[in-house]
Amino acid sequence: MSELTRETLVLNMGPQHPATHGVLRVMLELEGEVIMGAKPVIGYLHTGFEKEMETRTYHQNIVFPPRIEYLATFIEEQAYVLAVEKLLGISAPPRATMIRLILAELSRIASHLVYLGTGAMDLNVSSLLMYCFRDREEILDIFEMVSGQRMMHGYFRIGGLQWDVPDGFAERVRTFIKTFPSRLDEFETLLTDNLIWRERTEGVAVLSAEDALRYGCTGPLLRGSGVSYDVRKAFPYGGYDEFTFDVPVGEAGDAFDRYRVRMEEMRQSLRILQQALDRLPDGPVLIDDRKVALPPRGELVRSMEAVIHQFKLVSEGIHPPAGEVYAAVESPRGEKGYYIVSDGSNRPWRVRVRAASFNNLQALPVMLAHGSVADVVVAIASIDIVLGDVDR
Amino acid sequence: MTDLVDTLAAQLGAGVVEQTRFRDERTLVVDRAHLGPALDAAFGVGFTVLTDLTAVDRHPGVPRFEVVYLLTSMVPPARLRLKVRVADGETVLSATGRWPGANWLEREVYDLFGIRFDGHPDLTRILLPDDWEGYPLRKDFALVEEPVQFIGHTPKVPSQIIPKSKQP
Repeated sequence: MSELTRETLVLNMGPQHPATHGVLRVMLELEGEVIMGAKPVIGYLHTGFEKEMETRTYHQNIVFPPRIEYLATFIEEQAYVLAVEKLLGISAPPRATMIRLILAELSRIASHLVYLGTGAMDLNVSSLLMYCFRDREEILDIFEMVSGQRMMHGYFRIGGLQWDVPDGFAERVRTFIKTFPSRLDEFETLLTDNLIWRERTEGVAVLSAEDALRYGCTGPLLRGSGVSYDVRKAFPYGGYDEFTFDVPVGEAGDAFDRYRVRMEEMRQSLRILQQALDRLPDGPVLIDDRKVALPPRGELVRSMEAVIHQFKLVSEGIHPPAGEVYAAVESPRGEKGYYIVSDGSNRPWRVRVRAASFNNLQALPVMLAHGSVADVVVAIASIDIVLGDVDR
Repeated sequence: MTDLVDTLAAQLGAGVVEQTRFRDERTLVVDRAHLGPALDAAFGVGFTVLTDLTAVDRHPGVPRFEVVYLLTSMVPPARLRLKVRVADGETVLSATGRWPGANWLEREVYDLFGIRFDGHPDLTRILLPDDWEGYPLRKDFALVEEPVQFIGHTPKVPSQIIPKSKQP
């Protein structure tokens, strides 16, 4: 072969590209159709959340987490409040913990539905996007019913929840649990044995277990490669140790295995939801510690003390002891952790968001190496990145 | 079951400057010269996954920065926070040799804190534009509003955005 034909071509994909699921730029080095190297360029959505969070009180910061990972909003809020609660050495009442868990599992399903819909649309199965968003909308309706917002809820509080769930919440979730399995079966009929889907995903974007661990990948990406690591099992939080559920793992570590893992995870989430609804306890949803949580509205007109507490909490906030904690949850994309350093003042000294998508995206060049250009969109979709989470 | 962190601390001996336990989380602070062997030893006892790598600015404390490694052992489940304290201008040994995943994490620390890593293959800015000046997560980097040329827009003074106590 002459030197001329061996020349490689650098192809720029993104940052504005419909298949990058956000603002991601990938520089591809091509030899014909074959990818010789890939370099993701990130930072287009960097908004400086970590710096912002240093300037606000612990309560004010609750609004940031759902904006970082906007597809799994409640899981993100859960991660942040769990970290602050760990720092304070308190825990939320059992009812609040259980409601958080229910909302987190619903968030997981909602997020996986976005993966499924957009991932399939990248391969031209455009009808699936409509089906997935129809079902996701049902979950978002439940969220709106609970918190008043479809996405940026700000519903979790340090030490509990903003208010109790409205009447009819449990029935609504039960209805969803009943109808959703048949919908999942429909999706699987469309995809799992579909020849085109299998040929485009099987053996594509392969990541070995060894590489996945070396790159710090977590979530369905790691489990698709055969490593059974789930934060809910390894480092149980928020009551997950009391539930029976399986952690699905793949074998080949390709895009198809990740798809299968996520489909099974949705079924497992339904299992957890069923158990959680069956044992949803009664009781308060906010901790009864006036140094941490706001007093109930009714007390304000009767008690001067309550007014003082309210004023102190709103104007100054809480003062956790000096120290540092890391609290992690299993988000739909992997391990999402908040590392909070406190100096004893009412604002965090440092908040570090351990973003699953950041580490997962880093393994993209490994997955793409020696693959074909057409598989780039499959690989990006199978990582299921949220660029807000990557860039923070 | 023996505690992995205790085993590691015993192995490192004098390399460990400080040990803390807060809310059941273990932190080992190691000497900057012992960082490489400490990471190797941590890998050896079972902390095989680098979950996170970040930094904390202790300004005006001395030494100024802490580089924090969050290591995870999957079986048995255990976590370890390993820290190394560095002054402004000092470099840290890169962990990219052992964990390729440290590449972007170290670039992010460099980008936002200005801490340089020895032996890093491509230490460039990752989140911010290449021509950005300063390191935003340093405590003396004031948070100010960028001037926007809208009619009727009055830019806020920094004190309205960032509390007085945190201004340099």
